[in-house]
Amino acid sequence: MPKDLAHLSDEALVALVVRSDEVALAELYDRYGRAAYGLAVRILRDEALAEDAVQEAFLAVWRSAGRFLPERAKASTWILTLVHRRAVDLVRREERRRADVLDEDYDVAGGSTEETAWLQFERERVQAALRKLPDQQREALELAYYGGFTQSELAERLGQPLGTIKSRMFTGLSRLRDLLAEAGGEELWKPTESTS
Amino acid sequence: MEADGIHELTAAYALDALDPSDEHDYEEHLRHCPRCREELASLQAAATALAYGVETPEPLPRLRERILAEARAERPNVVPFRRRLIVPSLAAAAAAAAAVAIGLGVWGSSLSGSLDEERSARAAREEVLALFAQEGVSQFPLSGADGTLVVAPGGQAGLVLTGLRAAPEDKTYEVWVIEGGTPKPAGLFQGGGASSAVALTRPVPEGATVAVTLEPAGGAEAPSGEPLVVAPTA
Repeated sequence: MPKDLAHLSDEALVALVVRSDEVALAELYDRYGRAAYGLAVRILRDEALAEDAVQEAFLAVWRSAGRFLPERAKASTWILTLVHRRAVDLVRREERRRADVLDEDYDVAGGSTEETAWLQFERERVQAALRKLPDQQREALELAYYGGFTQSELAERLGQPLGTIKSRMFTGLSRLRDLLAEAGGEELWKPTESTS
Repeated sequence: MEADGIHELTAAYALDALDPSDEHDYEEHLRHCPRCREELASLQAAATALAYGVETPEPLPRLRERILAEARAERPNVVPFRRRLIVPSLAAAAAAAAAVAIGLGVWGSSLSGSLDEERSARAAREEVLALFAQEGVSQFPLSGADGTLVVAPGGQAGLVLTGLRAAPEDKTYEVWVIEGGTPKPAGLFQGGGASSAVALTRPVPEGATVAVTLEPAGGAEAPSGEPLVVAPTA
């Protein structure tokens, strides 16, 4: 195990990946692979497709680490954004899977489901913040982020004007940001000055 | 679309929920709008927090293996320090090596190399890189492969080889320092990847020749075959 990189920050690891250091890539995977896979499974509802999405995302990290701007985002945000993008691309190709997006009781075969304390804490924190949102805003965020629906698809599915969907998303995500900041969000990101 | 409308798309963009036609417009807008870039950074962080809001089953170990094997297979051809420090001599070496084929082993066996091997390869790179930084180092072109031999005034030496195929599983490359017709072992390496760096385990006296052969795994006390790579310092 590449223990000798354990003391490095995520951003330092990305800088090493720019120099084709695969031990650094392995360390990033060990830190975020599980969260990445959990997200991909939630979106895709299929282990094989989820593995594909995570693999493509980490290879995108490998190929494009030089374009990562540490002053713009945390490395973990960048990585999970890549994972989300790949998973959403895949789910849009697998049209039929999105119908059951709100069914949260999807059972994953194989692998341990025992989470680390940190992942469990984060999940509870995020879910608590989501519960504080008005139902319609939470629904818009969940269908977009976990379901892979675009704005206009959501408008059609929910029978609402596009403008309504846009503003639910904007208001919902802005409120979520503020709620998470209140709940000690420093572990996940640094709130910018525009957070008010 | 008017500017205010575009601004409101920031949340949907952070959620990957823009329709393809809007996405292009928004990205174009983003390039010219610092306010949206700042807003996007904080909304993207909030959107990413949603990634932690789900159950996290443990992925199977094969996923990690697949990612690392694939990354290794497509390692970029240019290592940054090499580009900065030794491109001129590499060009000279390539010219000298022009017609000599090396024709070795099995392509791709470096894929099975362990991370430990990768780490020692990296340590060797650092050591050779440090050699380049010394004052008064000499560089010599290679015959038989692209690359360069670098020798410090004290005789400490390193080899940098580009595009050398990995040695087969049961073989190793061995470096020799030849003086007065007697080759002495000077280090082992596996090759593969875009470039290999080898810090020689014995000094290279003035006028000596450095050579590389393919030997059984573990190395040999005397070369068993023809040299694949040769670098005279005379």
